[in-house]
Amino acid sequence: MSALLEITDATKVFGGVRAVDGASLSVGANTITALIGPNGSGKTTLFNLITGYLRPDRGRVQFAGRDVTGMDAGSLYRRGLSRTFQQARVFPQLSVQENLVVAGGYTWRQLFTRRVSSSDRNRAGQLLAEFNLAPVADLLASELSYGQRKLLEFAAVLMSDPKLVLLDEPTAGVNPVMIDTMERHVRDRHAAGITFLIVEHDMSFVMRLCDPVIVLDQGKPIFSGRPSDVQTNPLVLDAYLGS
Amino acid sequence: MSKALRLSALRGAAFFGLLAALPSFNLAHWVLNMLVFTLMYAAMSSAWNLVGGFTGYPSLGHAAFFGVGAYAVALWFQHHAIHSGYEPFVILPLVGVLAGLIGLPVAAVAMRTRADVFAIVTITLLFVAQTLAFNLHSITHGAQGLSIDPAPFSPATFERPFYYVLVGLLALAMGITYLTIKSKVGLSLASIRADEDKARGIGVRVSGLKLLTFCVSVGLTSMVGGVWAYYEGFVYPQFAFDPLITISIVLMTFLGGRGTLWGPILGAFVLELSQQNLAYRLGGSQFYLIAYALVFLLIMLLLPRGILPTIQDRLRYRRRRAGAAEGDDRPSAPAPRTAAAKVAVGGGERA
Repeated sequence: MSALLEITDATKVFGGVRAVDGASLSVGANTITALIGPNGSGKTTLFNLITGYLRPDRGRVQFAGRDVTGMDAGSLYRRGLSRTFQQARVFPQLSVQENLVVAGGYTWRQLFTRRVSSSDRNRAGQLLAEFNLAPVADLLASELSYGQRKLLEFAAVLMSDPKLVLLDEPTAGVNPVMIDTMERHVRDRHAAGITFLIVEHDMSFVMRLCDPVIVLDQGKPIFSGRPSDVQTNPLVLDAYLGS
Repeated sequence: MSKALRLSALRGAAFFGLLAALPSFNLAHWVLNMLVFTLMYAAMSSAWNLVGGFTGYPSLGHAAFFGVGAYAVALWFQHHAIHSGYEPFVILPLVGVLAGLIGLPVAAVAMRTRADVFAIVTITLLFVAQTLAFNLHSITHGAQGLSIDPAPFSPATFERPFYYVLVGLLALAMGITYLTIKSKVGLSLASIRADEDKARGIGVRVSGLKLLTFCVSVGLTSMVGGVWAYYEGFVYPQFAFDPLITISIVLMTFLGGRGTLWGPILGAFVLELSQQNLAYRLGGSQFYLIAYALVFLLIMLLLPRGILPTIQDRLRYRRRRAGAAEGDDRPSAPAPRTAAAKVAVGGGERA
């Protein structure tokens, strides 16, 4: 299987803390890959390095066969690499529909067109219907429940037809029904050809949905393999439970 | 044409029609003079609103560009004669472009900071510009200032050309604001104001839009500065680069409502007319500043979002309440049968 995302020897140091320490890993095309690890293992920092929110001190990031190390987040998004955040981040003073439309990854020329055109409305409408957000399309995003904001954030990053979506704890702080909803949407979009890299602490969610699973500890991967193997791997057990 | 668009067009036509007609009512010179200053502040507040309101960058350095415009016009007419009286108005677009170009590197540096740090950086810029104007004697004549030949307009209607040019500049600033709101530029700026990092991550052209907005905003401000210099006939550093100009336009925009089309204009008309009136009653002393401070405190306490957004919020709330009351009269819809269905119609847990 060809790698859609390849990280080689990525390192990021904050003061005296090596948050990511020479990490090398790859994400195969059309997989749902999980990135797990104990708190402070460097998962979110690695996400930030991949998505251009941070520049690595050392190492390389390749996406779709091109070196994208240090490229800014906006350019990566327009190339098809998008992400969500651990705490759902939506634009509270924009309507739900506008939250989708603004994520269209526009060219300069397109920026000077209507705020929400009929084609924007159609495109956003499809996603709103798919994510059961159509009834609240005209509400301000600040009026949504937390679970709905999570869904909205997920739906918004799909506006640009991404190749790879990074989900940072998609089930954190949402109820069990919403977790099932989220899982269904990931499966549907995966079936439609999108590759996922998911940071998650809900192990049952990971075991049901992801393959392969990469385990990070102290800023570097200590395991990569099938979900069934991760639970019995001594290195992983040691990282989570201590020796 | 949609109903909303028709309403906007009608409102705009009525406002600018009234402004265009006012001088023909043979208003006294002092009234027209007051309107000239009000229009100056309205145009500058509208321009400031692009950066401070829509983009969320509270610039305190706009007066620096007002001064740049004033000095540009004054310097130009040290070397060129004024014949018909309209030449200074003709060069205003050039002045705007010049200030925009100066604003480009300024924004590239200053807009790497945010919020209060950005405010401090920009007010520093204002004082740097003022210090330069005081000290670059060979160009600015320092504290002696520069004078411009008086406009050769009839004394009976002296204010009118300035008045109409300022109406034009206000229309330009409001036109740009309107187009911004109605385009994806406005949508993108709203996302930058709400969460710049997130906006960057969803492909919004954050850096480019911030630069563009700043340059347009300071370009417009400098054009007003150019008109002011010509109207006054002299330019001194302490008046051209006056922190009170910045404070006034920020205050006016906050009072009317940041990030709205009409808010800054409403704020400018309320505050500038009050200020002129207070200055008149208090003998031109600086006591009106105390009134300014009181107004600012009251705004912060009672209308933290400004007049128009507060009214809009209250109307929206009322409409929703009326809608809910109507809904209560109708037969109730069947309750969602599953938790999933409840989520689908907007239920679920609240953050």
